[in-house]
Amino acid sequence: MLAQGFLALLSHWRRHRLQLAMLLLGLALATALWSAVQAINGEARASYARAAAVVGQDRLEQLVRADGMRLPQSDYIALRKAGWLVSPVIEGEKRFDGERLRILGIDPVTLPREAAQVDVGAEDIGLSRFITPPGLFIVSRETADRLAGAATPPLSISEALPSGTVLTDIGIAQDLLDAPGQLSRLLIDPRQPTAAKPLAEVAPHLVRRAPVAESDLSRLTDSFHLNLTAFGLLAFAVGLFIVHSAIGLAFEQRRPVIRTLRAVGLPLRTLIGLMVAELLVLSTVAGLIGVALGYGVAALLLPDVAASLRGLYGAEVPGTLSIRPSVWGLGLAIAVAGTLASAASRLWRIAAMPLLAPARPRAWSLASERSLRLQAAAGLALLAAAWLIVGFGAGLVAGFTALGAMLLGAALILPLLLSVLLKLAAALSKGVVAQWFWADTRQQLPGLSLALMALLLALAANAGVGTMVQSFRQTFVGWLDQRLPSELYVTTRSAAESLQVREWLRQRSDAVLPIWNAELRMFGQPVQVFGIADHATYRDHWPMLEAEPDAWDRIARGEGVLANEQLMRRAALRLGDTIPLEAGVSLPLVGVFSDYGNPKGQVIIGVDMLVKLFPDASRLRYAVRIAPDRAPQLAADLRRAFDLPLENVVNQATVKDFSLKIFERTFAVTAALNVLTLGVAGLAIFASLLTLSGMRLSQLAPAWAMGLALRRLALLEVLRSAALASFTMLAAVPVGLGLAWMLLAVINVEAFGWRLPMHLFPLDWLRLFLLAVASAVLAALLPALWLTRRRPADLVKVFANER
Amino acid sequence: MNARLIILMLLLMAVPALAQGFAGLGGDAQGFAMPRRGVPLAFPRDHGAHPDYRIEWWYLTANLKGDDGRDYGAQWTLFRSALAPEERPGWQSPQLWMGHAALTTAERHYSAERVGRGGVGQAGVTLAPFSAAIDDWNMVGHAKPPADELSALTITAAGEGFSYRLELDAQGPLVLQGERGYSVKSAQGQASYYYSQPFYRVTGSITVDGKEIVVTGQAWFDHEWSSQPLAKDQTGWDWFSFHFDSGAKLMGFRLRDQGDGFTSATWINPDGTPEPQPPGALTVTPRAWAEMKGHRVPVQWNVSLPARGVAVTTAPVIEDAWMETQVEYWEGPVRITGSHPGVGYVEMTGY
Repeated sequence: MLAQGFLALLSHWRRHRLQLAMLLLGLALATALWSAVQAINGEARASYARAAAVVGQDRLEQLVRADGMRLPQSDYIALRKAGWLVSPVIEGEKRFDGERLRILGIDPVTLPREAAQVDVGAEDIGLSRFITPPGLFIVSRETADRLAGAATPPLSISEALPSGTVLTDIGIAQDLLDAPGQLSRLLIDPRQPTAAKPLAEVAPHLVRRAPVAESDLSRLTDSFHLNLTAFGLLAFAVGLFIVHSAIGLAFEQRRPVIRTLRAVGLPLRTLIGLMVAELLVLSTVAGLIGVALGYGVAALLLPDVAASLRGLYGAEVPGTLSIRPSVWGLGLAIAVAGTLASAASRLWRIAAMPLLAPARPRAWSLASERSLRLQAAAGLALLAAAWLIVGFGAGLVAGFTALGAMLLGAALILPLLLSVLLKLAAALSKGVVAQWFWADTRQQLPGLSLALMALLLALAANAGVGTMVQSFRQTFVGWLDQRLPSELYVTTRSAAESLQVREWLRQRSDAVLPIWNAELRMFGQPVQVFGIADHATYRDHWPMLEAEPDAWDRIARGEGVLANEQLMRRAALRLGDTIPLEAGVSLPLVGVFSDYGNPKGQVIIGVDMLVKLFPDASRLRYAVRIAPDRAPQLAADLRRAFDLPLENVVNQATVKDFSLKIFERTFAVTAALNVLTLGVAGLAIFASLLTLSGMRLSQLAPAWAMGLALRRLALLEVLRSAALASFTMLAAVPVGLGLAWMLLAVINVEAFGWRLPMHLFPLDWLRLFLLAVASAVLAALLPALWLTRRRPADLVKVFANER
Repeated sequence: MNARLIILMLLLMAVPALAQGFAGLGGDAQGFAMPRRGVPLAFPRDHGAHPDYRIEWWYLTANLKGDDGRDYGAQWTLFRSALAPEERPGWQSPQLWMGHAALTTAERHYSAERVGRGGVGQAGVTLAPFSAAIDDWNMVGHAKPPADELSALTITAAGEGFSYRLELDAQGPLVLQGERGYSVKSAQGQASYYYSQPFYRVTGSITVDGKEIVVTGQAWFDHEWSSQPLAKDQTGWDWFSFHFDSGAKLMGFRLRDQGDGFTSATWINPDGTPEPQPPGALTVTPRAWAEMKGHRVPVQWNVSLPARGVAVTTAPVIEDAWMETQVEYWEGPVRITGSHPGVGYVEMTGY
């Protein structure tokens, strides 16, 4: 009985293979986008964790210099001689054949075991080879591939290392980094003897730094990944609309089967159980396909994501995916849970259905005007909630919750809105055919409303994200012009060279502006301190958001600080607040400037002040002012005179170009997800129209009987789809603008720390409008084609059949 | 003192980071210098390091009595092992160093370990004046010429829960082990350069869990270097250094293998004249066993050297003198009763 019942239920899918395909496809696509995002995020997070765990930084306390500069090796010896169990580390960057690598030098002998990721004593490495020149580079396989053919010491592979990082002996690293006798930090062994002398006596300029459980990287990139996750969820929600409508349709069509099964004695409980089992099978199959597909999408997107993470945050993420069980598990779980949630109301209805309920399959259970209103009321409530969350909530999660509430609310209002619009159109139209057209469209609305809601979401997301990206772009380009007014940017390689270059340039240019900097921690985050000269270049161009009228004079006198917008927002600063710079020195905040694309906080002080407060600040970089037409020649001369590598003398155009490239890649992922979401929505419409087409004969037959040719009817079907898409697009524009505003004014501020002005791009909407209509027409084409091929006998049968 | 050769080898084998350089120990000496019979030792030169030999150690054990009337023991050791038979500047140095320090009371045995690389000043041995050091552990000579550089030493060490500072004053001459410092180790003929200073009188203080105790006593110093591998069938050893109340000293050891083992001993007269004993002259038999930290170890021994009329029994100051270092072993002070009463140190590995 059980088996027969199950087979009877399943037989439905054999007779409606397209419906089955749609259900599986919808679910698989939804799962795919979600899993793709999860896989990408998982890969990125794993690489942050590897980076954070390198030489135990996430578990061990460290000794560093308060100003972030390197410390002399003599400090290490002095501390060991004073009884401190510490182990030296040097870190720096170096290029090998154009590949920039993070060099990490360790002493494997004193390295605390918490920090030993790689067994240097293992057969394939060997302590002797590791410490004896030319040494050994321990790298991940991906890094090894990137380094193929480069002139490096022999490579040894270890997957414990993050991409782009080289683990090597401390002595080898000091030579490579041209830093003999220098160290970046000392790892403190957790097993310290009690008798050690106090730090203040041995190395007073060193401070203890707590282990960094969460790397700065993962904190900085959190918002980026949350953005991706939100997109994944949106895509999944859109996909669920397809699933919901396909399941709903299947349940309606199976009323006779269900009645029969109940009538021959299958208990209700068993029946429901069988249907749940069926859904589980279907969703598992679709989920598996979806996750596999998701990996494909992720593999395509990952190189772009990796590039933008590297560009934006300096985060090294490998361009290749590894298979994670968590992604499979989560993907399957969300597919099954989504399916069951979509089917819950249907199952409930079957449970409540009288045994011998009419087994008449209907086009759809017609939603009453009343239920449309209820739905719209719920939508309005959601919009209100979104407004309240924006007003009173804080944080990225609140931002995304508001976003979700707004989108869902707008989607829920859509059917009523369309119904009203269609009623209006019917009232305005003349002629029988036109009136029938509008009335029939309205009649069809409940069946299509879910697909149209999905379309609304996809269109709104497209319009919103498009507006956000374009606004960002426009602001960013203008800002780059302000931020990069100098013609040339020079990076020297040593303090001595820096002095010579400065003198050389002074005689040949209009101005040489030092860009010297140091690093410190304030307000619990790493902050860059820049020292700048008092020059019209800054006074005239610097992109200030707000400032005291005499800000530049006070900076020049060493009596004030400028902060970037992100630091101002994160630390809730206002003009006039004091900024703690170095022990004992605090200066008032006199201005705030915009600093897009920089994940870190930044402050600017006068260059003299910088040198005074941070005697060891890096003094290697200069901006050069010169007539633009003379800049290329000067750059060439400078490179020749000091034998500087190409990348050490760059002109303004190159920097801008580079910045824009990072920008483009960052949003390449967003654009790709956008297109995919729109594709899923198009599919939802197609699925709905396809399944409806079989049942619409009873509505079309009378029109045909009264003289409308099938070709004409088919054309009207296509037009109807286009009209609904157009109306939906009209509704999508304001929703999209709302979305864009939320992204710019709420999400970006929370995620990146800057707020951007919103610009409108109506031409983009027109393009989107055409895209929406085109996809609706495309979706309606196949059902319309089928209609023209109907035999008259089929249509006549409508009147004969007892229905 | 072949025993300590094994200890060092085992120690380094077990430290993954240090193991590779010793993977070839079963074979030849890979370019390292070899001890040769008849080469005289010269001091102070040979108090220093011999980087062209694979392994070397400076080893000190002290039997102490506190002003509280109780027995204590202290150990201070610096091991050197070379990845290559040379010295190079800075971090490139192939010389690796390891220190062990221990303090024994009747209640507890404290032990600590330090590791480091040569070339950067963290660890090493220098002469004029003599200094052996790793981190904050020091063995510093302050003898006035022409006295031997080792005749007056200050040693310091600290670990979790303990520290000590001991002043050592030699009451007798250096003692060359074996054939004037060329010490044959086994039936197969392995050998090392080996000399001792067993005549130290000790004063100083120890600190146990924050409490300082003034101590006096006697100490025994060994310096030994070699490059040669050991026999593969040797499973461990038992080593003894005795200060008899009569002023005479005895050094002896047994290497355990599948058969009867290999024993060797040196009788040292109160004036410092060594009398090397033939292999097998010494017999050692466990008298009582105890279980500690998962190991069953003999804690009392019957030791006899019939040629000298020695028939003594050892009893430890504390049974659990287990060294909780990367490779573990037993090393602690003992009291000696029987034909020649006195105090001494016992070292046991491979249990």
